[in-house]
Amino acid sequence: MNLIEIENVVKTYHLGGTDVPVLKGVSMAVQQGEMVALMGASGSGKTTLMNILGCLDRPTSGRYILDGQEVSRMNPNQRAEVRNAKIGFVFQNFNLLPRTSAIENVLLPSTYADGSIPSAKLRQHGRQLLERVGLADRADHEPSQLSGGQQQRVAIARALVNSPRLLLADEPTGNLDSRTSEDVLAMFQNLNQQEGLAILLVTHDAHVASHAQRVIHIHDGMIAAGAFESASPQATPPADAASPMEGR
Amino acid sequence: MHKMASTSMTALRALRRNLMRSALTTLGIVIGIAAVIAMVQIGEGSSAAIKATFESMGANTLIVFPGQAVSAGVSFGGGSAVTLTSQDAAAVARDCPSVLAAAPQVNGRMQLVRGGHNWVPQFIAGTSPAYFTIRDWPIAQGRKLTNGDVLGANQVCVLGQTVVKELFPSGQAVDKTILVQNVPLRVVGTLVPKGANMMGMDQDDILVLPWTTLKFRISGTALQNQNQSQGSSSSTAAVSTDQLYPETSQSLYPTPSTSEQLDTPQPVSFPNVNSILVAVPSTAQIPQAMAEITALLRQRHHLQPGQPNDFNIRNLAEISQALSSTSSLMTNLLTGVALISLMVGGVGIMNIMLVSVTERTREIGLRMAVGAKPRDILGQFIIEAIVLCLFGGALGILIGQGLSKLVQAVFHWPIAVSIPAVVASVVVSAAVGLIFGYYPAWKASRLDPIEALRYE
Repeated sequence: MNLIEIENVVKTYHLGGTDVPVLKGVSMAVQQGEMVALMGASGSGKTTLMNILGCLDRPTSGRYILDGQEVSRMNPNQRAEVRNAKIGFVFQNFNLLPRTSAIENVLLPSTYADGSIPSAKLRQHGRQLLERVGLADRADHEPSQLSGGQQQRVAIARALVNSPRLLLADEPTGNLDSRTSEDVLAMFQNLNQQEGLAILLVTHDAHVASHAQRVIHIHDGMIAAGAFESASPQATPPADAASPMEGR
Repeated sequence: MHKMASTSMTALRALRRNLMRSALTTLGIVIGIAAVIAMVQIGEGSSAAIKATFESMGANTLIVFPGQAVSAGVSFGGGSAVTLTSQDAAAVARDCPSVLAAAPQVNGRMQLVRGGHNWVPQFIAGTSPAYFTIRDWPIAQGRKLTNGDVLGANQVCVLGQTVVKELFPSGQAVDKTILVQNVPLRVVGTLVPKGANMMGMDQDDILVLPWTTLKFRISGTALQNQNQSQGSSSSTAAVSTDQLYPETSQSLYPTPSTSEQLDTPQPVSFPNVNSILVAVPSTAQIPQAMAEITALLRQRHHLQPGQPNDFNIRNLAEISQALSSTSSLMTNLLTGVALISLMVGGVGIMNIMLVSVTERTREIGLRMAVGAKPRDILGQFIIEAIVLCLFGGALGILIGQGLSKLVQAVFHWPIAVSIPAVVASVVVSAAVGLIFGYYPAWKASRLDPIEALRYE
């Protein structure tokens, strides 16, 4: 069952009167519960593809189906709802609200949800998520009082608060030292295996990409390799998922 | 509903996150509202003081004159009819709810003599104690006239300062005696100086005495005095002027035959007064009071519907117009200054909100990425601006109150607490927040989340 399915996606920017094609007909798929890395050099169209996959941008042409919904034809408000409900974002520079406690940061996406959950229950959920990323005792700390690794873990808890189908991580270890990078990547693998959460790691670092079950290489606006590799019946059961860790 | 509450919470948290900037942002509104409140309160105080001055000049008084007498088609002019009595004055004071006080007035023009000095004052007012209340005229020395003076037609008087100066070069007038047409009057008090009136006439050039004294003891020949003997004989037993000076005239002379009446027409005699002076609590109640007095006097004078009034009510329209134009000028001036200062405050809010939107571009991008719609962002920033303005407004009201109290304490200027100004300030500050917060909020809501997230 495909969580993400894109077909022949083209993205063209208009800069100073000339058309600059960035994505030149990309097709790929990600299955539910899969952990995939998206790799490419800068200028390869990697960020543009990630923005389209994250419903932040819409393709010039082509189809994008996320969790059975065609997203490519949606208006900005509908895309905001999809981002809120189905996608969790983790950014390179954490993007936590300054002078705001960890728990408030975690609960940020829930303020834009439909509001059917009472706030007391939400807070409890937020605390559970912080506990899960190992920061139960830091719930009332502000970002400035947390280390980089701790901040990224708060960001991961925030990405999980609305129980998304897809976790989109844009260079999640780019601002972290190697030790905390390993912690964060291990946490991603953990989430993937235990929760069956689909994770898309966007990176230019082959070592980071090696933590994923599959690597999609993008080069010059085209997918060079890995677009559908495991689209065939799920060949990588959870037991196999640990192998990249052994291989490092 | 939930959306609204959560957006408000978000806005409040965002403001609390940057308390210092929030405080500085709202400073313009705080100062603006404080200035408005202080100015309005001081202005209203001065306005009230000016109003009181105008009212002491007579803006809140009415004068009832008798109507015209017409004989064989010849009019004798306004005030010539003999219809108003002191009982009318008493009834007006008693039965008209919008009337503060009423006093009968009998006029005269006579020579006053005191030793080697003599003087003819501009005004001689025969009246009742209510006169001093109506004209808002305090006593400088001695005492006012009393009801007893009026009942007994006592030979007492109160002098204005000009008369005192002319008759008593020493300045000591109280308890001395003056002669008016050979009737001795004891001076029981003197009035504080009031100066010239709007027509340039010296108001202090006045002699005030009981109307009964003037009418029945002094002006005997000029006016009807048929009750004089009865009045003086029964004065000790009488308790009211009604008993002493009944409205029904008594016949002292044998009833003339019809032919005699035709040959020698006799004027009908009344204990009538020249006018009735009426005080109304405020100028606003003048129309109401005029209507009440008209209804009462028509009833008392047994006028049928359709019959014209046998009296005229005059108000000092010139003064009350000056009063209303002065206070509307004050109000317009204050409103203008208030609008300008609030505009300045609003522009300040807009500037800082624009800076804040730029500074918080990343935050806006993040909020959009995690699911905020443009209208959520718009709502958040507008609510931030409105909350800032309301807090600023509330603080401004407190500071303005403090300022006007301070001005009152230090400079002894009159102030008046103005509830409408407070309410208007709250409404205006919310409106300023909405108007000047809209553009920055709209700009924030139009940001592209991708660009905003990448903003450094």
